[in-house]
Amino acid sequence: MSLDNSEVKRIAHLARLVIDEQDISIYAHNLSNILDLVEQMSSVPTDDVAPMAHPLDTLQRLREDKVTETNQRDHFQLVAPQVENGLYLVPRVIE
Amino acid sequence: MQWETVIGLEIHTQLATRSKIFSGAATAYGAEPNTQACAVDLGLPGVLPVLNREVVTMAARLGLAIGAKIAPISIFARKNYFYPDLPKGYQISQLDLPIVGKGELEIELEDGTTKIIGVTRAHLEEDAGKSLHEDFHGLTGIDLNRAGTPLLEIVSEPDMRSAKEAVAYMRKMHSLVRYIEISDGNMQEGSFRCDANVSVRPMGQKELGTRTELKNINSFRFVERAINFEVGRQIDVLESGGRITQETRLYDADKDETRPMRSKEEAMDYRYFPDPDLLPVEVSESLLNEVRASLPELPDARRNRFIEQYSLSREDASLLTSSREMADYFESVTQVSGDAKLVTNWVMGSLSGALNREGKEISASPVSADMLGGMLKRISDNTISGKIAKEVFEAMWQGEGDADAIIDKKGLKQITDTGAIEAVLDEIIANNPKQVEDLKGGKDKLMGFFVGQVMKQTGGKANPGQVNQLLKKKLGL
Amino acid sequence: MYQKSIADQAKGLRAKEFSSEELTREYLDRIKRFDPQLNSYITVVADFAMAQARIADERIAKGDAGPMTGIPLAQKDIFCTNGVRTSCGSKMLDNFIAPYDATVVERFNQAGAVMLGKTNMDEFAMGSSNETSFYGPVKNPWDTKTVPGGSSGGSAASVAARLAAGATGTDTGGSIRQPAALCGITGIKPTYGRVSRYGMIAFASSLDQAGIMTQTAEDSAMMLNVMAGFDERDSTSLDKPVPDYTANLNNDFKGLKIGLPKEYFAEGLDSGVASVVEAAINEYKKLGAEIVDISLPNSSLSVPAYYVVAPAECSSNLSRFDGVRFGYRCEDPKDLEDLYTRSRGEGFGPEVKRRIMVGAYALSAGYYDAYYLKAQKIRRLISDDFKQALNQVDVIMAPTTPTVAFNIGEKVDDPITMYLSDINTIAVNLAGLPGMSIPAGFSQNLPVGLQIIGNYFDESRLLNVAHQYQQVTDWHTQIPKGFE
Repeated sequence: MSLDNSEVKRIAHLARLVIDEQDISIYAHNLSNILDLVEQMSSVPTDDVAPMAHPLDTLQRLREDKVTETNQRDHFQLVAPQVENGLYLVPRVIE
Repeated sequence: MQWETVIGLEIHTQLATRSKIFSGAATAYGAEPNTQACAVDLGLPGVLPVLNREVVTMAARLGLAIGAKIAPISIFARKNYFYPDLPKGYQISQLDLPIVGKGELEIELEDGTTKIIGVTRAHLEEDAGKSLHEDFHGLTGIDLNRAGTPLLEIVSEPDMRSAKEAVAYMRKMHSLVRYIEISDGNMQEGSFRCDANVSVRPMGQKELGTRTELKNINSFRFVERAINFEVGRQIDVLESGGRITQETRLYDADKDETRPMRSKEEAMDYRYFPDPDLLPVEVSESLLNEVRASLPELPDARRNRFIEQYSLSREDASLLTSSREMADYFESVTQVSGDAKLVTNWVMGSLSGALNREGKEISASPVSADMLGGMLKRISDNTISGKIAKEVFEAMWQGEGDADAIIDKKGLKQITDTGAIEAVLDEIIANNPKQVEDLKGGKDKLMGFFVGQVMKQTGGKANPGQVNQLLKKKLGL
Repeated sequence: MYQKSIADQAKGLRAKEFSSEELTREYLDRIKRFDPQLNSYITVVADFAMAQARIADERIAKGDAGPMTGIPLAQKDIFCTNGVRTSCGSKMLDNFIAPYDATVVERFNQAGAVMLGKTNMDEFAMGSSNETSFYGPVKNPWDTKTVPGGSSGGSAASVAARLAAGATGTDTGGSIRQPAALCGITGIKPTYGRVSRYGMIAFASSLDQAGIMTQTAEDSAMMLNVMAGFDERDSTSLDKPVPDYTANLNNDFKGLKIGLPKEYFAEGLDSGVASVVEAAINEYKKLGAEIVDISLPNSSLSVPAYYVVAPAECSSNLSRFDGVRFGYRCEDPKDLEDLYTRSRGEGFGPEVKRRIMVGAYALSAGYYDAYYLKAQKIRRLISDDFKQALNQVDVIMAPTTPTVAFNIGEKVDDPITMYLSDINTIAVNLAGLPGMSIPAGFSQNLPVGLQIIGNYFDESRLLNVAHQYQQVTDWHTQIPKGFE
């Protein structure tokens, strides 16, 4: 399995990562190698195997519908890059 | 060419829980920005979701109410995309195994016929936050209070054939979610909104046309207008030889048009996969039985009972059961006053009129069911006439007390004393010899004149039937 | 004091031979003196530690102390610590002062343990050599030209060099056991779900598990007593009673059945490592264990399956680092797209970006079945192998790593070779089983680890098996030269 540069760019965009132009082919090379490694799985027949999403065979626990959290806005926004009037600010969003 | 419209709706209904779907933050509307966004809602590094029990039972309520199968095991999945109001970069939703499977809802059409609309599925998911585009030096402000609010997305089959049908379906679903108390249905606050999938095809064609998705419509009126606009637009495009692009469009109510959404231009690749932070959700048979037992009588069943028990017309019964509060009100009044027909007239007449006039919900009516029932009892026992009752009702609405107190205070009690009415009548007969002659000569219409005069002089307190009788007796008619 | 195990330090504190303040001061002094050679800490919180030590001493004086009260520990910098930078080894979180405590941290605080600082690690725990850290590589105290392993390399090096009495780690594909082996210490990864993941910055949610790195198995048992247990904030944490892990340490295990999977002793295993492990197995025979040859036939698929499952989950887990609410934001973003792509492109290092991209690819439209779903099926096969094996034997033993520590820089440009250094540890995470690594000797003057794998929730037995070995060997007591 080999990825070309345009595919690397597509994936980088999907993951919202800027990759320097000169590094694209290095990524293409490394990612292709990783996919080759992964490719080993394809030779194993698994038609009758149930996928395993989780190591433990248990069910979701449910919490009571209770309000347990208090307002910690100021505390949480200490680590925010840009806030104003309690809002997180980002470049203009166009809908 | 004749075109057929095909519509499917995805209704997002906010579940009326106290806390969020995966965190213990409050869901109350209207709080200061980001004061109800806890560590989990903000997607801080290291936090984890834990599912709220109530959302599971609420989803099950809806499922049972639409005759759907509730999945014994359902799975939460992550829908991955980047957007500033989506803190984790993914929305926790359900894809392959939604909690509610196929069900159906019966709607009533304008011509009085009914139609079954299929519900494909309903799944649980978390809401996103809100972007505020007001002036922040050209920046957008993000409020994450709404992030993590539980939503039930109810997806219909493409079974609707007109905007009117779509509205009827949406109204019916709106009434249902409030009936079974899983949502406040408040559309201004966004608790009940929908996306409409709209396409057209030549009449008689089997395959569906290319559809567009109209996003985030939050009123019945806009649903109708948005769909009608979009249908017209699609037909125009097709008739001028063009093709419909599958895309997401936004309805602009001010301009009454739809336009493509810029943020959704690129085809989305959501990379769904099962959320490893959450385990399979079980709805056991015992939980289901508990939910079943707690469900109220459902609207359609109640309507049928009203028709049967109170001998109402289907139309009246439908209207009276359109909301649970209305139906409860009706039944309470009827219990007090007995006469269901009379109650129907008053609830759908004066009461609805007054509520509409002041934009009030029936639950906030200043005239309680007991008060209205008390007044109707006074009509039935001839203490007041229907006309006087209007005055009494108005006074009750203004907060002047209950019917008996008002009747008493204002002296509105009907005059039933024959002597008193005869005295008034004698005077009128004496003062109007010409009319008396004409009446005797066969001008029956003049009966109304005399009754009117009596009513005028008694301030409406005489019983018109009684006046009629006395007049006839006096003139030997 | 620093040579002592946690168990002995606890006795000393209780007997008032020394105070927690003195003990903590000694570690802080050692960190100051030795850590510049190792780079095992990202953040040292000296004042905070001394304050905690004083409180611990008060508790000891009042008789209100638990076994861990006053013991100076290091926390892997993946655990959120309220008011203290929690970087996860990344530029992305270089400025992130966590606003809350992870459950693990909270539990150690309640137990009265002292936190010396936050240890270095591979960026977002993605690495096997500690070379992907934004804060530079950690060096192996046994030979500073070599790597300490990863991703919990800082925790491993700090415990090996006695710059902390014990440390926390996390293990997604071997990140506790592999560095424990390479640094000559004891490490345990408990069963998935045994320790809360709340507040532990997620790499791959269905594989991540918090664990412990100490000198001795007994110390690990003491720390696990604090960490283990149900947490209502973690849906994947198991609501199951927690035994006292120190209770069975001295049990006699005569007749213990040890399985040796042939796949772990095959080609690629360094001969020096092989003979150390063989000698350790012989020691177990002497202790009365019975050796059984077993097979885990799908072992070779664990690395491929892991490099789909882990990147897929990480690609989604790391989406929250977007420059909006916390963490790194690029300078002057010109629009939203620019804010995202540059904040993430500049904030993440190459290995993290590689894994995010592999994961995004594996989940993307048209590839999901071939990669993600396939990997989940392979995961089932691997897990079933272990289930069968553990029906026949009580524990499985194998070399923790196929080689001893490699040189810094040796594999850094070759991801595949690097990935294969975790070949013996990854399968355990896919199955969710508990696993340990204990020091078993040396090859080329570098430590060799013996891996012990047990059944679900059988940590007590693993600790017992490790402890008994440590009663008759002294590998775990050895301190690297120059750090005495």
